Amino acid sequence: MIPALFVFGYLAIVLYIGVFAFRRSKAREGAEDYFLAGRSLGPYVFLFSLFGTNMTAFSILGSSGHAFNNGVVTYGLMASCSALIIPLTIFLVGTRLWALGKRFGFMTPVQMFRDRWECSHIGTVIFVVQAALLVPYIIIGVMGGGTTLNAISGGKVPYWFGGALVAMVVMCYVFFGGMRGTAWVNTFQTILFLCFGAIAVIVIGSGMGGFKNAIEALRSSPSTAALLSRERISPLFFFSYSFIPLSSIAFPHIAIFCLTARKMEQFKRTVVFYPICILMLWLPCCFLGVVANRMTDVPQIQQKIEARRTLAAQGSQLSPGERDSLRSKMSADDVLLLLLDRYAPLWLAGLLGAGIMAAVMASDSQILALSTMFAEDVFAFYEGKARFGEAVQVHTGRIFVVLVTIVAYAIALKAPQSIFELAVQYAFSGYAALAPLLIAALFWKRSTKWGALASTVWTAAAVIAVAVFQGLVPAPAPGPPIVTWSVAGIDVLSRTPGGTAVLGFMPVVPMTVMSVLLIVVVSLLTAGPSGSTIVRYFPSKSEIKAA
Amino acid sequence: MRRMLLATSVLALFLLHQDVWFWRTPDPLLFGFLPIALSYHALFSVAAALLMWALVKYSWPSHLDMPEAAQAHGRRDAAANSNTIEDALETGGPINKEDRT
Repeated sequence: MIPALFVFGYLAIVLYIGVFAFRRSKAREGAEDYFLAGRSLGPYVFLFSLFGTNMTAFSILGSSGHAFNNGVVTYGLMASCSALIIPLTIFLVGTRLWALGKRFGFMTPVQMFRDRWECSHIGTVIFVVQAALLVPYIIIGVMGGGTTLNAISGGKVPYWFGGALVAMVVMCYVFFGGMRGTAWVNTFQTILFLCFGAIAVIVIGSGMGGFKNAIEALRSSPSTAALLSRERISPLFFFSYSFIPLSSIAFPHIAIFCLTARKMEQFKRTVVFYPICILMLWLPCCFLGVVANRMTDVPQIQQKIEARRTLAAQGSQLSPGERDSLRSKMSADDVLLLLLDRYAPLWLAGLLGAGIMAAVMASDSQILALSTMFAEDVFAFYEGKARFGEAVQVHTGRIFVVLVTIVAYAIALKAPQSIFELAVQYAFSGYAALAPLLIAALFWKRSTKWGALASTVWTAAAVIAVAVFQGLVPAPAPGPPIVTWSVAGIDVLSRTPGGTAVLGFMPVVPMTVMSVLLIVVVSLLTAGPSGSTIVRYFPSKSEIKAA
Repeated sequence: MRRMLLATSVLALFLLHQDVWFWRTPDPLLFGFLPIALSYHALFSVAAALLMWALVKYSWPSHLDMPEAAQAHGRRDAAANSNTIEDALETGGPINKEDRT
């Protein structure tokens, strides 16, 4: 229970930061101040809060759990490609979004799309798809709060209460503090969970008597040796994963966050230090996840290893239901908590638990982004702002924050977590496939609203198709996939133990490639925006000099 | 020339991410405990940071950073593109939604 008290203390600090931000911004009640912190964030707050916004519960708990079951491949699969692609997209796309936001007053990507492609209802379609892909994230965040608090307190804090408490704290600081409160809280959280990685490695490493023996033991056992290399993953699957980080800049909360910087200079530190932040957080979590396989004296870890062994050895003879049951038993998102419980003194486990909670509470910026999108792309666009004024628009945004939190909490209480974990997987692929929209709008004069619509509709249809396919064809046991469609001896569509494969790639690859093709081909076949719009978005060098 | 060099570096680093040459072995272990698949990608992250530094240093899009006056001018331009100029000026939003799809 002592670690849980530290977490309660942490939640109180977070709440105070949010209220402090509210008092700071009380004199400025405008929409731009509430939703974008008045476009005034400084370099360090911008770096840490943008990084914190991008990191979710998965970055600490999920990455170590994935590494526990899949080995060292987790870092290369999810972290190092993000270390290259995310800062690159911030450099190329984020800076341009910021400049357009500053110049034309945009507060959401949909506002920019509507103006850039001279459209209105197509913008609404993009809004709907973006919002639908964002909602599972918010629900997962509420669920993560409940399960983490439950685990940290040793089961003394019930799931419903933990979820309610975390949701309430997040709702309060987003409601009062808006973007400023969210950014300050994210900065505090990021510093906390970046420290977490280093401290956890030192504490657990010294508790285990060093890592050399643990790695040697893992290498000498046939059942764990494969965890130290990537032999169980195909290079095509590994390559597919490098498309996933494209989703980052297409997430509305990240794109909106790019509009909050005071100056473009603020992007410089973020672009350079982002890969280092990834390294500091993900490397310890992945490594500790792998090493946890040596902790066979911890009963919960032993159960997970047993479930994994059974699934690998007898999976093909089991029913889909039995396989799902084993998969849920080998789910290892709590291995870091178990390691801390085993090796860290109580007070340190409490502090580290607060670090974990910091990563779990990432739903704040998503709730705020959804509220900003609703207030700007729907309420203001459909005359609400013109009719009722800016103050009412901000109140509407705040009420939306409360409603979204209540609905997310209600769903989190009823629905099984696995459904939303899957939905989040689809969301990554979906947003990666929406990234070409941003790139086309910012870099390609000839792109049109019809190209954007084709790409958006394709993305929505593909996400639904993958979900339906995985619902109809149960996941096979570890080993060869179930081929459901092959042409001339080539496996076109397969159901793999972890998801779906199209020509051996993850669905994100064909989804993104087709999205690019559609936006290019349809744009070339349809009429583009007027010349005046093109001139505003792509001024000549002489016009820039004159400005 | 400089841009070409930086673009090539980005592409080269992306290709270096697909390190099939260390696929089936944990060796060599960095510091005696870090398998090569982890240490290689940790170094890859550091290389990514260095490349980002080079991009920021040599290819920073400073032309996007327009002075305040030009930004205000841009908002006026955007507003002029709207059919309800007063609303758009007030909101800073350039949306002209009538007669649009």
